[in-house]
Amino acid sequence: MPQKSMRDAINEALHQAMAEDDSVFVIGEDVAGCNGSEGEVGSVGGVFGVTAGLYHAFGPDRCIDTPISESAIVGAAAGAALVGMRPVAEIMFADFIGVCMDQIVNQMGKFRYMFGGKSRCPAVIRFAAGGGFSAASQHSQSMYQVMTAFPGLKVVIPSNAYDAKGLLLQAIRDDDPVLFFEPKVLYQEACEVPDAMYTIPFGEAAFVREGDDVTVVAFGQMVGKAAAAIDALEADGISCDLIDPRSSSPLDADAIIESVEATGRLVVVDESPPRCGLTADIAALAADRAFHALKAPVKQVCAPHSPTPFSPELEAAYIPSTDRIIATIRQVLKT
Amino acid sequence: MSIPRDNLLRAYRQMKTIREFEERVHAEIMNGQIAGFTHLYTGQEANAVGVCEHLDAADTIISTHRGHGHCIAKGADVIGMMKELFGSSEGLCKGKGGSMHVADMEKGILGANGIVAGGPPISVGAALAARIRKNGRVAVSFSGDGSVNQGTCFEAMNLAVVLKVPAVFVIENNYYSEHTNIRYAVGCKDLKARTEGFGFPVFVADGADFFSVHEAAGKAIEHARAGNGPAGVFAETGRFHGHFVGDPQTYRAEGELDRLRKDSCCLKRFRARMQDTGEVSLASLDEIDTEVLALIEDAVAAAKGAARPLPEQVAQDVYIQYGTTGG
Repeated sequence: MPQKSMRDAINEALHQAMAEDDSVFVIGEDVAGCNGSEGEVGSVGGVFGVTAGLYHAFGPDRCIDTPISESAIVGAAAGAALVGMRPVAEIMFADFIGVCMDQIVNQMGKFRYMFGGKSRCPAVIRFAAGGGFSAASQHSQSMYQVMTAFPGLKVVIPSNAYDAKGLLLQAIRDDDPVLFFEPKVLYQEACEVPDAMYTIPFGEAAFVREGDDVTVVAFGQMVGKAAAAIDALEADGISCDLIDPRSSSPLDADAIIESVEATGRLVVVDESPPRCGLTADIAALAADRAFHALKAPVKQVCAPHSPTPFSPELEAAYIPSTDRIIATIRQVLKT
Repeated sequence: MSIPRDNLLRAYRQMKTIREFEERVHAEIMNGQIAGFTHLYTGQEANAVGVCEHLDAADTIISTHRGHGHCIAKGADVIGMMKELFGSSEGLCKGKGGSMHVADMEKGILGANGIVAGGPPISVGAALAARIRKNGRVAVSFSGDGSVNQGTCFEAMNLAVVLKVPAVFVIENNYYSEHTNIRYAVGCKDLKARTEGFGFPVFVADGADFFSVHEAAGKAIEHARAGNGPAGVFAETGRFHGHFVGDPQTYRAEGELDRLRKDSCCLKRFRARMQDTGEVSLASLDEIDTEVLALIEDAVAAAKGAARPLPEQVAQDVYIQYGTTGG
């Protein structure tokens, strides 16, 4: 099977979805690129190259460059979706949710409910998310933990190229609005990705590792670090379940609870700050549904309650490391 | 531009329906029958009707917190709307939306909207879909003088020009952004010129005069429908009530409301013109008045007798399909 990077896998999914369904179009800043300039229109394909080639393959009506106007981009996607299109909008960095939150939360996410179930808004908004690039405080946030709090939106976080393709194709075919967070540090990471189209349903976690001693739940770029931690502990005879929920809304709560009931120990890993985030949410879930199975306190491995720093040394201290995950797994096993 | 007699009768009926709907809603709120925040459109009826008379069901509108008039003008079922305002599960939105979120996709009503200038970006999306599909539809966003100072409004207007989509921005200037006069809130002298600075034509109308709005809106909609990109309608109008029901309206000049009702009533203006021109007899308008009053009476009776929502419906209609194990 061919190896593809996450960027190429997402790009392939976009090409295939647009070829399959002429109601699918992409819209965002520089998704084609060079409009109005001397350069060749379509030669950018997004700042991370994820939409490369779409302009040449599908033309200006389906690969649409916009001004830097995030609210208008999300609103345009939402409005087009309300009248039957399947737009895939790109918001360059997840941090920019700060300037288009109303259109995402109050508009797109609430139409169906406010309108008594009589509308559908099959829009996808893609974001490059998370840290690892020394991109500092306004270009490094994960944001998916915040957006998980809002009913009406689905929130998806792929952790590898294979999942990214299947989850994005599901997102585009899905009839509800979907926020699709691409951990940008993983764009170059490759794995086996089939050429054919396939979908991965939301709310179905992946068991990345299976073991007996500890349940580890991790999201996005933390999945790879947690897997490395678990593999390192194998030499000491420690085995862990590693669950990648893949979507935080809907969340595969049953998979997590079943695992915790078997292992009795839970470590939750995310790169977001701790308060009101996914790690706290899942810890509360275990306290509610698996309290009597727990043999040790639930531990959260996440960023500190701080903005993301710039300096590489500081960022390395900020984002949870494989060593911190190892230490935390060892800690819960001592209890 | 001469308007066929049947269309004149329909336009008058729509304006009268909006007026009586709003005045009755006001009374029912004062009687404690309707919950929540309600913003009445009384006084601005000619704007909604003058625009929507140019639209068919496939065209879309998006409205504001002051949205009842736009929804009625675009064809929303009056009884379903009244039930919605009363919070019934038989309402247009099953009682989930209420006054600020009345919508009907089948009628091209993409919703009233509780966020000032929340609508224009969404309307640009509907217009973009029309451009891509080349189906000749136009997308109209109604918003007020308050909306024109929101960034979303600027973003939407610019994007509409950049993408050359058939979006029509109807700005109803009722002079008050909530409790603050436009003279304070808009920094420039000429709001029409500022809007035209985005790069599309803006047609000015007297918002108390159906014929003036109809003419201006006709030009704007024709411009957009012909593929020339967006256009605007700028109407000066007056709301006869406060920003919301219960607003003490301390910002009004002495006698202002009386003057508005006397001089800026679109129904009186319409009747005066019919008396002059004889295009439609006053008797036929009287007949419409009677029918409209009966319709509103029926709507209120139906709303009062309509089914109430059940607690188990509280979290229905959030998603079309959600994961079965969502925590």
